[in-house]
This record gives sequence, structure tokens and C-alpha cells, in this order.
Amino acid sequence: MSTKTIVLTEVPARPFPLRLHEWVTTVDHKRLGILYVLYALVFLLVGGVEATIMRVQLIRPHNDFVSPQAFNRMFTMHGTTMIFFVAMPLVLGFGNYLVPLMIGARDMAFPRLNAFSFWMTALGGLFLYFSFLGGDGLYGAGSAPDVGWFAYAPLTAKTFSVGHSTDFWTLSLLSSGIGSIGTAINLIATILCMRCPGMTLGKMPLLVWLNLVMAGLVILAVSPLSAAQLMLLVDRYLGGHFFDTQAGGSAVIWMHFFWIFGHPEVYVLVLPAFAFASEIIPVFSRKAIFGYPVMVLATIAIGFIGMSVWAHHMFTVGMSAGANTFFVLSTMAIAVPTGIKIFNWLATMWGGKIRYATPMLFCAGFLFQFLIAGLTGVTLAVAPLDWQLGNSYYVVAHFHYVIVGGILFTIFAAFYYWYPKVTGKMCDETLGKLHFWLFLIGFHLTFDFMHIPGILGMPRRIYTYEPGRGWDIWNLIVSVGVIFQAAGVLVFAGNLLWSYFRGRNAGNDPWDAWTLEWSTSSPPAAYNYAVIPTVRSRRPLWDLKHPDDPDWRYE
Amino acid sequence: MSPTNMFAPVSTPAESIFGLSLFVLATMAMIFVVVFALLAYVVIRFRNKSRDDRSEPAQVYGSTQVELAWTVIPVLIVLALFLASARVIASIQNSARPAGALEVVVTGHQYWWEYRYTSLNIVTANELHVPVSDPAHPTPTFLTLLSADTDHSFWVPRLGGKTDLIPNHPNQMWFDPRETGLFLGQCAQYCGTQHAKMLLRVYVDRREEFDRWVHQQQQPAQNGSTPGQRIFETTACVNCHTISGTTATGRFGPDLTHLMSRETIAAGAAANTHEMLRLWIKNPDAIKPGSKMPAMGLSDRDVDAITAYLETLR
Repeated sequence: MSTKTIVLTEVPARPFPLRLHEWVTTVDHKRLGILYVLYALVFLLVGGVEATIMRVQLIRPHNDFVSPQAFNRMFTMHGTTMIFFVAMPLVLGFGNYLVPLMIGARDMAFPRLNAFSFWMTALGGLFLYFSFLGGDGLYGAGSAPDVGWFAYAPLTAKTFSVGHSTDFWTLSLLSSGIGSIGTAINLIATILCMRCPGMTLGKMPLLVWLNLVMAGLVILAVSPLSAAQLMLLVDRYLGGHFFDTQAGGSAVIWMHFFWIFGHPEVYVLVLPAFAFASEIIPVFSRKAIFGYPVMVLATIAIGFIGMSVWAHHMFTVGMSAGANTFFVLSTMAIAVPTGIKIFNWLATMWGGKIRYATPMLFCAGFLFQFLIAGLTGVTLAVAPLDWQLGNSYYVVAHFHYVIVGGILFTIFAAFYYWYPKVTGKMCDETLGKLHFWLFLIGFHLTFDFMHIPGILGMPRRIYTYEPGRGWDIWNLIVSVGVIFQAAGVLVFAGNLLWSYFRGRNAGNDPWDAWTLEWSTSSPPAAYNYAVIPTVRSRRPLWDLKHPDDPDWRYE
Repeated sequence: MSPTNMFAPVSTPAESIFGLSLFVLATMAMIFVVVFALLAYVVIRFRNKSRDDRSEPAQVYGSTQVELAWTVIPVLIVLALFLASARVIASIQNSARPAGALEVVVTGHQYWWEYRYTSLNIVTANELHVPVSDPAHPTPTFLTLLSADTDHSFWVPRLGGKTDLIPNHPNQMWFDPRETGLFLGQCAQYCGTQHAKMLLRVYVDRREEFDRWVHQQQQPAQNGSTPGQRIFETTACVNCHTISGTTATGRFGPDLTHLMSRETIAAGAAANTHEMLRLWIKNPDAIKPGSKMPAMGLSDRDVDAITAYLETLR
């Protein structure tokens, strides 16, 4: 018996093919979560290179760093990549990893569906990038899609988009859409059915609530997108005329299909960002989240209102005054629950003892930047202002403020916060702070100044511009910011690698946190919890650490 | 000063948007100052001052009164902004068309603009001429926006907001410029490879100037039967271009009847000089790579002849 035990513990690291096989065939939510995140990080670098190419081209008027054809492919690929193969896998990956741990479950409700969903998403990314080779059927390779990330009809019709690049774009979104819907169903089932004893809906961590609403939005939003992709395929190959304006189809219908996906998609991405902030800010302020019930209600309100605002992307397409007015109101209404969230985070920090470790630095950056993103969002909700600013660089600056300044900042925070749990090693704090400051400077150089050329009449998606429009200096500053952002991201990537091999051991609970995942080992065992925990409040570890003053007395 | 600055309006729609934007921006600035100050205060004031102090601060779980306050105040602000927006939307979109209004049908083509003054029987391209509008006797210009191919968007910031040109979906927009001069803009909806060089030029003329321009545009092209004209009419040029009064009746490209009355070629991408015109005919990709005009593979002699012919089209 004893010899057998010794043999088991001394098993040498298994050969690489075997370990690879384990990762490829895994149905463990933690491994799938890591796969999602690693996959997204690779595409983050790719999408960043595409953005850099665009910014080099736009550094001065009439530049000829790339051809117009190449530039148009770059912004199409950058947008599609960053939304579908960076942001989506990141939020789904974190959700996958964290939700079962935070509700005291051993895995997701449907582990095989989970693996299937990840691989469908992975396939989508491969489809998209295969277009570089296969867009023209290998002959004269180099034909990635160039229709823009929202691919307005009829530019996607066979007439205007010959070859297969648009097909790869369509297949890519269809495939990753199936993956996203699969994971959304899985998250909902997991959250509704797998919570540990004592964890009523009202005692779930906010992260779990936000993921629940996010998953609901994914199902509602990605389904019409997938339907539209199928219709586009029918148009292109089976003689359909949904969007084929030359045969009486409607370009406007595509816009509706796309934006009924496209706007809720913003909330699909931003709710997980709120989720990270709602976990990290309390822990580093050393206070319970302020107004938990209102935070949950605000989330649900954002979910509902978020489904009724899509046509604010279409203020310039010639809707009636009545329709425009309605979408102004619904869009502005979103500002109310979002404002509540900002104020509640602020109140959470009020009277706290804030520790500025790297995760909290990124959350603080997020609060300031999300405030500005929200305010410029309100200016764009005013339809007449949108008639001027819509499709200009002001819009580009606004949504990057949301996605980079808001969402990406909290995702970085989440990386630094949960890295010790996932790897068992602490992320290096000095490198983390260097990453923060570099990225903060780069972000503001790029996206603060990007608003101005928009106000001065510079439309988006132009590969070059005329001198003498007052745009030159702003474009130069915007491009310079990229250098700092790129340096920040490289420090980040370096930190992840360095800390994995050299970081100091984290222990189970390095941040003195309160949610269940910090009660198990780092990294958690395959089964998460040897004994399924029982909880009595929203902060079970607070109760453990303060038996004299437990939360359940006040909730 | 940027010639495409939305904060320098010269017509009613642009001015009402400008007025509204001041109100909206002032409100946003106010909110920004208040919330930013609060955030900055909290971030600095409540930082953990001593590393050794591991005691936890007082736990506060919420406060209905405070939360109600920061729900109700934003609701009121949103209502005010909404009402202000609704008024401007209605005033621009539902405004009546006065008797003196000029009608122009604008058709977006991949990378150029076609203008048809239906009541004046004029067809031209890329450079829109409109009369200045006297507030006492307004003569606004109403555009009907069509597209021959993909989506485009008409945006001249100093005259008004943008409106898209969408196939099978006619749109309307209007402006009543108070100042004469040249107003610039460009296509604001991605329409394909050369979206960037689909530039807009609107010339606001004094009434007499405009009438003179109309009269000149209504003349037929002079028909001199030069060598260049023969080459033009016997090559594929005529498949795409119209020169009224000749056998050239194509509609895929811009009408060239009065080409020399325009200051630019290639939808504003180049000045209409002898050298640029010749280069454009010889090799369009040198000016606008990816434009729909093909290089015809003409000999230098033929290019010279055609350039000379086009230069007679005044």
C-alpha cells in the first residue's frame, strides 16, 4: 500500500502531448475559463497590432503607410477581433472560472456544453483569421473582410463584396455566436440551480448577479445576430433578397438586426466589468458593498432598458421624428441606473480604508473614465447632436472610452485580483503599477484627444484625410498614445509570465477577501470544494473572520 | 479654424444643434465637475494611511434616502435633456418647406456625388451650388438623398447634421445657409475602398451668382468635333459619362458636360488642373486607388487629346 502511494506522488510531469490532450478534452470550468482567457490574450495582441497599423497610417494627412484596401481590412478585423475574440472570451472566461467557485459549486451545470461552447468560439476566431489566406481562395492571399465590423448591407452583397472574405466573417460570427449562447445557457442554469446551501438569490455575490443578467442579454442579443448572419448567407448563396437592395431588399433591416445585437452587446461586456468592480472595490476599501439590493435592481434595469435603445445607432438613417424621440428617451434612461452604480461604488469607498494594490488602482481609473464615457454617451443620446457627431471620431473616442477605459481597465483589475487564485502565485506589484501608469497615460493621450477631430468633422473609417481641416495635431497625439498603451500591455504580458514562474506564493486568501473562492486552495482542486460550503450572508468569509460581528445580522 | 467645425454653424439646422449642444455640454460639465470632485475626494481622503492598521472600518450596508436622492436627481436631469432634444428634433425634421425652396436630388455613388436640380434641368457632380438664404425671405435647399449602390452619408458640419443615403430608402434633409462661401464635408458612412476620398463641396452663392451658374449649367456642351472628342466617343468613356448633346450618355460616372466649371475632380480628391486631369485620365489609381474609374490603357497622344477635349467643356 505504502509503496503505491509513493509511486503516485512521484509521478514525473507527464509528456507534453498527454498534457495537451488533457487541456483539449477538458470539461473542467476552471480550465475552460483559462482557455478562454489565454485565447483572448492572444487576440488582444493581434487586435492591438491592427490598431497600431491604423494609427501609424493616420499619424499625418495623406500618409501612405498602407493601401486603402489594407486599412479597411485593419479596422474591420480590429473591431471584429476586439469584440468577438477578446472582450467576449474574456468576460465569458472569467464568468466560467469564477461563477461556480463563488456559488460554492463543483462545476458548471453542463460541463460538456461548456467545452463545446469554448471550441465553437475558438473555431470562430480561426475562421476570421483564415480569411487572410482563404478570402480569395489562397490565390492572391491577403483578403480579410473589409466591410466594417457592423458590415452594413448592401456592402456585404455579392455585388460589392466578391470572394469569400465576407463569408469567413459571417461564419466566424455565427460560430462564436453559438458558443456564446451555449455558455450563456450554461451560466443561467448554473446560477439558478447549483448554488450552495444557504445562498439564496439575495445572498449571491454581485458578480454572480451581473453574470446572470449578462447571460440573459447574450441569449436575447446574439440570437438576432446569428439569424442575420444566416440570412446574409442565404442572400449570398441561395438567392435570397433580405438585404439585397438591388432586388428590393432592405439595408435598414440589417441595421436593426445588427444593432438589436450591437447595443445590448455593450451591456454584455460592461456588466461583467461592473461585476469585477463590485467585487474588487469593497475588498480594497474594506467595506461591504453599499446598497446591494439597489445594485441588483439597477443591473436588471440596465438589462431591460438596454434591449430598447438599439436604434440610437441609427439616428442618421432617416427614422421619423417620433422614433428618434423615443430612442433619445430610452437611451438617456440608461444613465439613471448606471449613475446609481457609480454613486454606490463611491459610497462603498466613503469611510473605507482604501488599499491601492494594482487591482484597486485599475478600478479607480475605471471610475473616473467610466464617468466621462457615460457623460459623452449622454451627448450622443441627444439625436440632433448625433446627427453631427455620429460616425465621427467623437463616437470612436466615446466607445473606446467605454470599452478600454471602462471594461478593459476592470478586466486588468480582475487579472491582478484573481491571478493568485488561478495560479497560486502573486502578480508582481511593481510591474503591475508600471503597467497601470503606462496604460493610463497612453489611454488618455489616445482617447481624450480623439474626441476633438470628431467635433471638427473627421468621420471614422477613412484611411487618410485632407490637410487643413485642423485634424493633424490631434491625430498625431492620438497615435503617440499608442506607444504607451503598447508598452503597458507588454509589461502586463511580461508580468503574467514572470509571476507564473517567479511570483511568490499567494496562499488561499492573499487579499483578505470575503467571497467563497478565497476559502479554497490556490489554484483550486478539480472539484473546487472538498466539502460543499454553507453560507448565511453575502460575505461568508467575513462571517468566518468576524464571528462576533457577522453580516447575517444586518442583511 | 477648421472648415468643418460643427461649432461654427451657418444655417438653421446647424445652429439649433449648436444651441442644444451648448445646453447639453454645460449640463454634462456640471455633472462632471461635481462627480469628479466627489470621486477625487474619496479616492484621496479615504486611502489607508498606515500599513500597520489592520482594523476594519465601520461597515455600512446602504441608505434608502441617499440612494433615492441619486436616483431622482438624474431622472430630472434626463427629463430636461429629453424635452430639449425632442423640441430640436421636431423643429428640424418637421419643418415646412417654403415656396422659395430649391430642390436637389442627391445620389450617392461609390466615391462620388451626383446632383440633379430637377426643376432647373441641371445635372452635375461633386460640387453642389446653392443660393444663400436671406432670413427675411428664406430660400432653403431641400435635398432628397438616394443611393445607387451602398450606404453613404451627407455631412457638411457647418450646414447641418448628417443624413444617410441608403438604397431603396429615400431620405430628406435641408439647410438655409446665411453666409456665402465654400463649405466642406465628406461622406460619413463607410461605403467601400475610397470612402475617405468621397469629399463634399457646397458652394453657397449670392443670388445673382447662383442664377448665373444655373444659366451656364443649362447650356449644352459645345460640339466641336475635335480629335479628342472622337477618341472619347469611340472608347469606353461613354459607357459611364454623359456629355449632353453628344453620344456620351453613360450614367455610372459623373456628368462631364460642364467639367471645367468645377474646381476639383475625383470627388474633391484633386484640383481640376491640366496636370491632375491628365493624370486622372491616364491612371486614376495614382490619385484615388480603388476608385471605380479604370485606367483605359490609352496612348499618351490619346490622353493628351482627351484632356484637351475635356478642357473645352466649360
